[in-house]
Amino acid sequence: MNKYRKNEITSNAQSLLTTSRRRLLALGASAGALAWAGPKAGWIASAEAATPPSKPTGQAVIGLSQEPTVFLPLLAHIEVDEGVYFNLFSALWRVDEQGNFQPDLVAEVPTVENGGISADGLQWHLKLNPKAKWHDGTPFNADDVKFNIELIQNPKFLAGRRAGIDLIEDVKVVSPTEVTFKLKKPYAPLPSILSWTFLVPKHLLEKASDINKPQDFLAHPVGTGAFKWVERVPGDHITLTAADSYHGTGPYLEKLIFKYVPELTVLYTQFQTGDVDYVGIQGITPDHYEEAKTLPDRHVTPVPQPFIENIAFNLGKPVFQDPAVREALYLAMDKQSIIEQIYYGLPSQTESFLPKQSWAFNADLPKHAYDPEKAKKLLDDAGWKPGGDGIREKNGVRLEFINSTTAGNHVREQAQQLLQQNWADIGAKMSIQNFPPAVMWGDNWTNSKFDSAMVGIDFMIGPDPDSTQYFASTGIPAKGGGGDNTTQYANAEVDKLLAEGASTVDVAKRKAAYLKMQELTRKDLPYLPIFQYAMVQGVKGKLEGFTPNVNVQENCWNAYTWYWAS
Amino acid sequence: MANFLFGRLLQSLVLLLIVSVIGFAVLHLAPGGPLAQFALVPGLSKEDLARMAHEMGLDRPLPVQYWEWLTRLLGGDWGHSYRDNRPVLDVIAGRLPATLELMGAAILISVLVGAWIGVMGAIRRYSTFDMLATIGAMVALSIPTFWFGLIVIYVFSVHLGWLPPGNRTTVGGDGSFLDYLHHLIAPAAVLALVEVAIWSRYMRASMLDVVNQDFIRTARAKGLPERTVLWHHALRNALLPMIALAGVEIPTLLGGALVAETVFTWPGMGRLLLDSLGYRDYPVVMGILMFSAVLALLGNLLADIFAAVADPRIRMA
Repeated sequence: MNKYRKNEITSNAQSLLTTSRRRLLALGASAGALAWAGPKAGWIASAEAATPPSKPTGQAVIGLSQEPTVFLPLLAHIEVDEGVYFNLFSALWRVDEQGNFQPDLVAEVPTVENGGISADGLQWHLKLNPKAKWHDGTPFNADDVKFNIELIQNPKFLAGRRAGIDLIEDVKVVSPTEVTFKLKKPYAPLPSILSWTFLVPKHLLEKASDINKPQDFLAHPVGTGAFKWVERVPGDHITLTAADSYHGTGPYLEKLIFKYVPELTVLYTQFQTGDVDYVGIQGITPDHYEEAKTLPDRHVTPVPQPFIENIAFNLGKPVFQDPAVREALYLAMDKQSIIEQIYYGLPSQTESFLPKQSWAFNADLPKHAYDPEKAKKLLDDAGWKPGGDGIREKNGVRLEFINSTTAGNHVREQAQQLLQQNWADIGAKMSIQNFPPAVMWGDNWTNSKFDSAMVGIDFMIGPDPDSTQYFASTGIPAKGGGGDNTTQYANAEVDKLLAEGASTVDVAKRKAAYLKMQELTRKDLPYLPIFQYAMVQGVKGKLEGFTPNVNVQENCWNAYTWYWAS
Repeated sequence: MANFLFGRLLQSLVLLLIVSVIGFAVLHLAPGGPLAQFALVPGLSKEDLARMAHEMGLDRPLPVQYWEWLTRLLGGDWGHSYRDNRPVLDVIAGRLPATLELMGAAILISVLVGAWIGVMGAIRRYSTFDMLATIGAMVALSIPTFWFGLIVIYVFSVHLGWLPPGNRTTVGGDGSFLDYLHHLIAPAAVLALVEVAIWSRYMRASMLDVVNQDFIRTARAKGLPERTVLWHHALRNALLPMIALAGVEIPTLLGGALVAETVFTWPGMGRLLLDSLGYRDYPVVMGILMFSAVLALLGNLLADIFAAVADPRIRMA
């Protein structure tokens, strides 16, 4: 799953043609025509909530601006593929909109309380759902679980994600519906990781000649999800149909169609004309938001997302090593103008790298205030004196740097220009140098070959606030580390807190660690947080059951509960 | 004729080889690569990425990669798509019908309408019709296809509701012939617009050329009816240069299809090329490149042959 905003990661040529601004939901307020009717009912349009049909009826067309192409969910893939996985396959459990785990392929979610996990977090005992069946009729059982774990651990398999699962050992099939395993060390994010590990059938894959290219399976994937495979017309759409053998509630739709519409404006138009029932992934572009709200019989709502927009500093560069510089730049950043003037006024600012919906979010961090005078004073006091051309310098280091992001992202470019102005006001010279996505993120970013970057990141592991990848000093790729700490941030206390948070199962202790950690990153400012993203979601009026879920990065996560109100 | 054909084929093969070398080099030397999209997926270690690169053959020197690609291609193996692991030929073949349908319709419209406008303009030179056609052609040539496509969708789909806003068939529909036809109108018309303009201009010039020649005067002097003179003697001769034009215009059409397919959500080769370029799906991009090059060369060759057949004065040397 991508942890970066997709416009940065896919070097899709379309990203040059489209902008991908998102808006933030004014939290708690019901924006648009919808009313929040509690977690169970979801967003409902009116008081008369219809009931789902007794047998699967009708079809829903999900419009996607990228094309799903990888149908073996354990292989490396991109975010858009997960929309198909959520409906075709199942994980052991799924995470709901409140961040709770709900059983899917297990009969109950293992916890310390119910004895599924030992108190030290090392011994796991899974009880599987005996009703679960693969779409070809073969029962799902404990051997499948073992097969999947071993497949992910197989070094020859090009797995998209091994973290966490590589800690599992001693997998034992106790009975067809019971599996036990041990962890090498306690690892708190594992339940979150398993919530998006979609299981594949042993009986179809164990004999594949090349497990990385099982042609038959890729052409006709078989899962345990609410919908089963019908066909894929490459470059156009994927059709799924209701699986009558599904072990959970639903599905209520007879057909689910993932329609690929590469151009975002055209995608919006197809939503407008009714050809597309639901706009997924990137949603409706913000410039269409005002108009979209007025469309008859459509529900258009901004939905919060876990991505945080930041300015990332490469702390390997001398100019950024002085904390006073980072703080002064933050003070001189006119955040409100970026949000109001460039992002259509809806995103709300944030001080943390965690989304506001996370249970570990720290709401008490010092509030940012735009104060160039204070910034100047801070720099003066720290010994950064203006040189002949007005640019400050200290010990021969000029307060001058480059800011980079995806070339062709016009919204970001505007924000860059605004920051350039802001920072010139306090004697800091920022120049803009942007790159095509493949170069910017695939090369410069990963290898810390940038001065500063404008980037949107989801720092969490799904619903889990563990962000070791981005902040642990052991994860600096430029220094040979295996993480995503491209800012080269190193703080011994943060390292300790991250280790603490990941190794205990006690939620209260974890929360304390993460709250403290957010204080530290707010103080150290390896990233200047700007705002939390949201996307403008569009659903046809009579399509019921859709629920926004900040804990998944894919918005058709609950299509098995969707139905058309008559 | 056989000598001519042999010579042309040899020429074409050399050209194809050059195209493949340049294409391969430019594609692989361009920054980024097929793994860029995975570079930021957490949990993918450097070892995993290296393994993927090896699987894709990207860890070898470029000339070696090219040689391997070429020898496999000559053996009939076009490789597998990095994106969905299917054989490249299957991937291209799956998209070809949509593109041929769109291009065929566009060619039909542009030849018929363009030729007609050109002939009428030549016959009634400097008439109001001719003036309007001239201005219209200039406007059509300068309108960006992308923008025009969006306008057509806005007017005919959103406002009037007459035409579907793209797609090849109704999503989840029955896919009847009429449904196909209904979806074809807008993209074919948009794609044909530029071609109509080009054809009408060439046709007009060619027709004017012919009507002022001696044999037309002779035909008129013989007392043949004006209609026979124009549509029989003049048009036939004026169409000759058009055959060559048709061959040359195939790449232009392919280029236009790239844009039209994106705007109209048309699952053809143009879109495939854009997507594959975005993901740096080298085998598919190379496949499309070679395929289009063959198509363009073939178009030219056929045009030459037809021209020779139609006009015995052209000697094939």
